[in-house]
This record gives sequence, structure tokens and C-alpha cells, in this order.
Amino acid sequence: MHIVVCIKQVPDSAQIRVHPVTNTIMRQGVPTIINPYDLFSLEEALRLRDRIGAKVTVLTMGPKMAETALRKALSLGADRAILLTDRRFAGSDTLATSFALASAIGKIAETEPVDMVFCGKQTIDGDTAQVGPGIARRLGLQQLTYIARIDSVDPAGREIVVQRRAEGGVQVLRTALPCMVTMLEGSNTIRFGTMPDMFRAARAVIEEWDAAAAGIEDVMKCGLRGSPTVVKRVFAPKPNAKKAEQIEVEGKSAEDIALAAIDTLFAARPSLADDMLRQAAE
Amino acid sequence: MSEQKQPASRASLKAKLDEKLLAYQGVWVFIELERGQVHSVSWELIGEGRKLADAQGVELSGVLVGPSGETTRAAAQDAFAYGADNVYLVEDPLLADYRNEPYTQVLTKLVNKYKPEILLLGATNLGRDLAGSVATTLATGLTADCTELAIDMEGRSLAATRPTFGGSLLCTIHTLNFRPQMATVRPRVMAMPERQEGRGGRIIEDGIDMAESSIITKVLDFIPDRDTNKSQLAYADIVVAGGMGLGKAENYALVQELAAVLGAETGGSRPLVQKGWLTADRQIGQTGKTIRPKLYIAAGISGAIQHRVGVEGADTILAINTDPNAPIFDFAHYGIVGDALKILPALTAAFRKRLAVNRLAS
Repeated sequence: MHIVVCIKQVPDSAQIRVHPVTNTIMRQGVPTIINPYDLFSLEEALRLRDRIGAKVTVLTMGPKMAETALRKALSLGADRAILLTDRRFAGSDTLATSFALASAIGKIAETEPVDMVFCGKQTIDGDTAQVGPGIARRLGLQQLTYIARIDSVDPAGREIVVQRRAEGGVQVLRTALPCMVTMLEGSNTIRFGTMPDMFRAARAVIEEWDAAAAGIEDVMKCGLRGSPTVVKRVFAPKPNAKKAEQIEVEGKSAEDIALAAIDTLFAARPSLADDMLRQAAE
Repeated sequence: MSEQKQPASRASLKAKLDEKLLAYQGVWVFIELERGQVHSVSWELIGEGRKLADAQGVELSGVLVGPSGETTRAAAQDAFAYGADNVYLVEDPLLADYRNEPYTQVLTKLVNKYKPEILLLGATNLGRDLAGSVATTLATGLTADCTELAIDMEGRSLAATRPTFGGSLLCTIHTLNFRPQMATVRPRVMAMPERQEGRGGRIIEDGIDMAESSIITKVLDFIPDRDTNKSQLAYADIVVAGGMGLGKAENYALVQELAAVLGAETGGSRPLVQKGWLTADRQIGQTGKTIRPKLYIAAGISGAIQHRVGVEGADTILAINTDPNAPIFDFAHYGIVGDALKILPALTAAFRKRLAVNRLAS
């Protein structure tokens, strides 16, 4: 079994700050992490390796600094790491990103056939959930998104059974390898790296691939040029003309404020009290 | 159009639409029918699609894919009642359960055959799974989780606005020289349209070019959720939520106590979920649930954009925050500058008393 796990380095979004005047992102000093959704997929790949034996290759596309994310993945136990980096990839939307990643996976498979590709359910910076399905489509992989559980994988019989989160329940699906899987959050807990893996990760030489190394001939499909979507405007939402009406009370005891708040709410929306009584009765 | 090539310019930035793309007309909404039920996001999108179609003076069509039978036919009539002019209908036993492969095949084929200019899908698990495959197959642009859709009359293009950079800013995205222009919208972001009983439309039937033997993925079983107590957050009339201002996980009980008195659903901001104080299904905001309650009480939530887009549909928002400059006061209707840990229990006690009086009176 050979498993490729696609990961992305993202800014730790809790710490993103927007410049109050220029409305631009202040990137300086923002720590980066592996996209948290990717970790559920990485852990699942590592568990499959522990259970049935496999090689786990991690792949990311990004600037040089994305090497940190790969090193982290190696320290968690991944076997091989490839950084897909080329200025021509800059500005890729999800279609161009899935093109580049699928090309690289195709190249990886030339020397070591790939049985499964894992991707994060979505990223925390883009939140599109489109790159995984894009890769699956381009490589003709069976697409298994929002997987709550992998019941079984049979590498010899080329078969996998999974539980997929759907509306109001889970679908139990049986399909064939090769496939692309995105794991649901909470489906597992990422392990701690072992000391030997941490030392190995620190020393490891990260393989760097440019477009040519990934076997990409048509660079028109990469980066900005290969992206059908165009960001026309980035902006902060207009504050409402009217700010919130402040509920203030002389003396300001919490009890007085609460009473004033209830008076204000019920005066503005007389039907609310009935809604509350009805809901509370249910 | 001139034959002249524009060197070094992106195809997507060309000023004029390619001739072959002019054939793409009309607005389509994918109607998500699963296990006999249409997801309400589909009707919300029919409502929004109606506005986009009217702005362009074109027709609005639903795409309905499902097993043969009365349920599917009834869903087509519902689509007309909510505002669709046409329904492209593909009925086949193969389509009884959602599977990526046959659904992608059907939707891609319909798009190539009938050429819609805009294709909208719900940003549900099903919708996102399908949209990503279809957009890749068609090699066109797809904008996820839009919070606002409009037609840019100048370029006749879809202006799709969504939060970006982890929800700290908004951006407007266009798909200029590719068709159809695809977008997904999360449930509850758009308002439910009014039903017009008896409103009719045209059904255009089509088929699937696949046999069960050629579909690799098989559905072995469907296990319905046992937990009937699952959060009804998105559809609740009253919601109480907490944020980092609560200080520690134990204090979330104050939110639950107020909610119990009000008959409200409970939720929280993203950091609470990331810290593990709350389960993901209680998260309110861009990456969590979008809510449209009559009353939303936000305690100790600063009001980042990613949270704002999830609650702006509320009729009334009451915000409690110690920081008078917190962004939440920019979009809340009523504000209390104060410590949520003191205000929440006071509200719980005061509401309990007031509602007891109302109960006696009625």
C-alpha cells in the first residue's frame, strides 16, 4: 500500500489581524500550522499503515516555508515528504491547485503506484472543500468525502468499506481502490511524534519539486493563469449605519441592566415572550 | 470578436466574453433530494436564483435528480411553487442514493447539453462533494460558501461574495471567461422564499448514461442518526451563544441556564469549538451553522466577520461584551457593555420571573 496525504500550511487563524486602516492582512509574525482538518486524514493514513502496512508520503504545495509543515508531518511518522513549489503556482485557485497536486501525485505514482490519497475535509483559511474532489476527478479516483470511519481496507482485493456522513445519518459505502478520502473532524486524534521520528524529521532533506519535476508541461493551467476565478475586491464589511443601542442603567447593577434589557427587547418585539413560553414548554 | 491574441494576459481577465460562452443562458439551482426529502437550502437557493434570473431577464431552472416516483415528482412541483420556471428532471433507480459518480455524470451532461450561465448548489456535504467534481470536470470556476450573490450588469457576471482569510475580511469573486459560473451557499444564509401554490412550470426530462454495473461505489447501508436530540440550531427561534469572554469551559453552563429558561438552542463562537469546550455542531459562524432566529443573545463574543456572516439574518441581536469597541456592537441591535459572567445569571433570573408572570397572565 502506498498512501499520499495532501496537507496545507495555513496561518493560525485565531491570530490573524486585519490592519484597521488599510484592511489588509497583517501576516508578519503570524504563526503557521498544518491545516487542522489535514491532521485527521494524516492520522488515519498512519493508522492504516500501523494496521495493514503501508508507506505514507506527504505532499504539500506552497512557498519554501511550507517545508516546516512537511517536517512536522515527518515527525508525526510520515515516511516521505515532497514540497511542490514554483513561482508559477502563485495565485492558484482551487482548480489550478488540484491540477498541480494531481500532476505531482501522478508523477509520484510513476515510481510507486498510489492506492489511496488523503486530503483534509477543507482548510481553515480557504474553507472551500474543493481541492480533494478536484484531485479525485483528475486522477479518476473513487471519491469518499466526509468519512467518519474506515471499516476495512483490503489492499489485495482492492476494496474499501467506509462510513460517510450524510444528512440525517451515515452511508456505508463499498468501493474500489484507488480512492481519495477526506476524514471528518473528530474521527480520530492525532498522535504525538516519537523521539526517533522527531530526530529523523529534523535531519530529513525535503524533496523540492518545481512544475517540471511534477511532470507539468502546460503551465497555463497553473497559478493565476490557470484559475478561472478572479478576486475582484477584498474588503471589510461596512459597519451598520446604526451601532447597537446600548442598554445602560444608573448604578449599573447586573440585575438592573437585565431588567432594562428585557423591557427593551419585549417592547421592540412583543411576540418574543410568547415564543419563549411556547419553546420552553416543548 | 477580433482574432487577435492578447499575449501575457490571463484568459480569465479578457474584457469580452468568448463567443461560444454567449450560448450559456439562465440560472440553475441543483435541488438536493436525499432519502425522500428536499434539503431546505435548495428552496432558499431557488429564492435567491429567482432574483438573479430576474435581474438578467432569464429563466430560473431547478435540476432534480432522484429515484423514479411520486416523491421526486412532488419535489418538482415544490420547485415551481418556490419560483422555478423549469425543472430538468432525471429519474432513475440508480440515483436513489447519493453517489458522486452517477450524480456528477448526470449534472455534467445536463450542463453541457443545456448550457446554464449560473449553477448554484447548497454548501452541504452532498452539494460540496458534487460541486467540486462537476466544476473540475467542466474546468470552470466555483466559489464556495457565498454570503451574497449579485449580477454585475456590466460584465453580465456573477459577483459572489464570501468571507476570506479565515473570516477576517470579505471578498468578491468573479468567474469571467468560463461558464457556467458555479457557487455554493450554506444553509440558512439566504431567506426561505414564499410558496405560491398552484404556480406551474415546464418539466424537461433527461436520463443517465450509466448502468449499475459501471458504477464502482455501492451503498451497503444507511444508518440513521439515533440521537434525535441533535441540535436544531440552524432553525431555532431563539439562540443563546457564548464566546471567549466566558473565560473557561465551566462558565458555558451560564449560557445553557439562560437558554433553558428561554426555550432556546445553544451555540458558541469558533474559538470555543477549537478549544474543545463545545462540539462542532454547536459552532455558529461561517464554518459552523448559519442561524436566522428571532432573537440571538451573544455573550462574550467579539464578533469577527466569520461569526457575523453566520448571525446577520437574526431579527434581533443582543450582545454582551466588556469591550465597548468590540465589532459585535457594529451589527448587534442592542448592546450591554459588561461582564457576561455577571449579566448572564442576572438575565436568567429576570427572564424566569418575567416569563412566570406572563404565563400566569395567559
